[in-house]
Amino acid sequence: MAAKIARWRTPAGVLTALIAVLVLLMLLSASSGAMHIPLSVLPGLPFSAEGPDEALWRSVLMDVRLPRVLFAALAGAALALSGAAMQALFRNPLAEPGLIGISAGGALGAVGAIVLGGGAFIVLAPAAFVGSLVATIAAYHLGRRYPGMAGLLLAGVAINAICGALVGLFTYLADDNQLRSLTFWNMGSLAGASWPLLAGLAPWTLIVGALIARDWRAMNALLLGEREALHLGFPLKAVRRRLILLTALLVGPLVAATGAIGFVGLVVPHLVRLALGADHRWLLPNSVVAGAIALTLADWLARIAVIPAELPIGIVTSLVGGPFFLWLLAQRRH
Amino acid sequence: MKQRLALLLAAVMAFFTLSATAAPQRVVSLGGPLTEIVYALGAGNRLIGVDQSSTYPEAAKALPKVGYYRAFSLEGVVALKPDLVLASDQAGPPQALEQLRRLGLRVIVLPSAPTLDALEQRMHGVAAALGLRNDGRAMVTELRKQVDALAAKQVGPTRALLLINRSGNPEGAGIDTSADAMLKLAGYRNVLSAQKGYKPLSLEGIAALKPDLIVTSTASLAASGGLDALLARPGIAATPAAKNRRVIVMDDLLLLGYGPRLPQALRELKAAPALARQ
Repeated sequence: MAAKIARWRTPAGVLTALIAVLVLLMLLSASSGAMHIPLSVLPGLPFSAEGPDEALWRSVLMDVRLPRVLFAALAGAALALSGAAMQALFRNPLAEPGLIGISAGGALGAVGAIVLGGGAFIVLAPAAFVGSLVATIAAYHLGRRYPGMAGLLLAGVAINAICGALVGLFTYLADDNQLRSLTFWNMGSLAGASWPLLAGLAPWTLIVGALIARDWRAMNALLLGEREALHLGFPLKAVRRRLILLTALLVGPLVAATGAIGFVGLVVPHLVRLALGADHRWLLPNSVVAGAIALTLADWLARIAVIPAELPIGIVTSLVGGPFFLWLLAQRRH
Repeated sequence: MKQRLALLLAAVMAFFTLSATAAPQRVVSLGGPLTEIVYALGAGNRLIGVDQSSTYPEAAKALPKVGYYRAFSLEGVVALKPDLVLASDQAGPPQALEQLRRLGLRVIVLPSAPTLDALEQRMHGVAAALGLRNDGRAMVTELRKQVDALAAKQVGPTRALLLINRSGNPEGAGIDTSADAMLKLAGYRNVLSAQKGYKPLSLEGIAALKPDLIVTSTASLAASGGLDALLARPGIAATPAAKNRRVIVMDDLLLLGYGPRLPQALRELKAAPALARQ
């Protein structure tokens, strides 16, 4: 029995199991919601629909739910991957994309767009993306003057504080309607999912994600220390610049489309590391799939918890993820 | 002759198709004031779902909730299988109304502005969407009559402060809010006319503005810890309104909704108590 479990716990085995869980979860999530779609008709539904019930199910599934389920998986995967990359780069378990200003910059862009530009999605999304990119680049350039990661970290803290203050200022200037839009943006939501959005974001995320994952050897070398990684022949400065830019490119559009969804990027890589160790060759792909699972699950819970209404997903990720993570930490001590 | 007959036929057909689509029986309302109008028009029994801001009348609270109207659940609405969705122009998320239309639902968007004109448009719009025969005209006429009668009644030069408290800190209503529009309609002077929107109160500022009257909502009063706690707050305590206990407390939707109960709201506002005792 023990041997069986040990063999099962190989990274490849875990990855296979996680993928299976993800597929099952996506099916479950696609079949349930405010409008119940029987699992038995689900597989055939995209191809044919007979009868009025089926026609409605089909349009709900194809136009509303499927893009959303896929988007949740995509966003979760990207957030977890970027979290893993940031934790490796900063050699710090608390690192996440937000650390270098990506989220705060995105929030500033979005809030600015809501207060100054009316807040249509067409304005909001690009503004949020530009905001996150500018904040990240600023943090990188300002932090470069210090040796190592400390400078980047400090610059990130300062950029976060400035963005936070400006968001506060915009909030103060906002009128009642804008204020309510701000609140909902800050809680995060996947309700904006649509096929056009997916068509743009999915290829982008896959390409940028793959570029990040290519640096897994450098991330492994960084586990030993920055000096050691340099001695092992990794051009650390170039790696750092590349990973930070890629992370901003990966997460920026997501933040723009979903608002602030916390916790997944921070915690999912830790979960995987606790289970499998820190070899990035396996940590990265497992984090990707686990992140997709986490956000798909959170979105599913958000949709079914208070039918026919919905909970903001940011609340669910923290409310479910937090205790789960604590439980896992407690388990490790035995 | 032939042409006339064809025209008549077309008119008859138009009438039948209209009346076939014109009397929706499963209505979802996204916005408290719209829900109120549906009930006021006597069509409350056609509602099958509302948003969380629909807190009046009591019957609306028992209906399934599809979330707050600014972030309603698309699937939640679709699952109720409505044949009509009434939505405030502030309903969202932005693309959700469009998605409802793409799913083949009839969506009627009505203005949410805090003006008499917009309220009349809301009434006409809801009545027309529900396929009611009189088009809401009776209701609008009655509204005009009552509001005009109330407007004739002077309240004297009273400086009013409207307080809203949602998070524990009282915020004052400046211009460009439905609260300000309501005060003006009632004939009061808003002491915060130099400010735009809702802003946290500057306690010193409030004392300096010397409002004679404080208007607030039931939920705000609860969030402030009751009337005595509110009036005892530094800054507020020093105002003439607090000293004379001139405070008007009204239900949130009545005070801020600009719904069909507008005359009642004006009446309560104008009957500003000389001394509110508890």
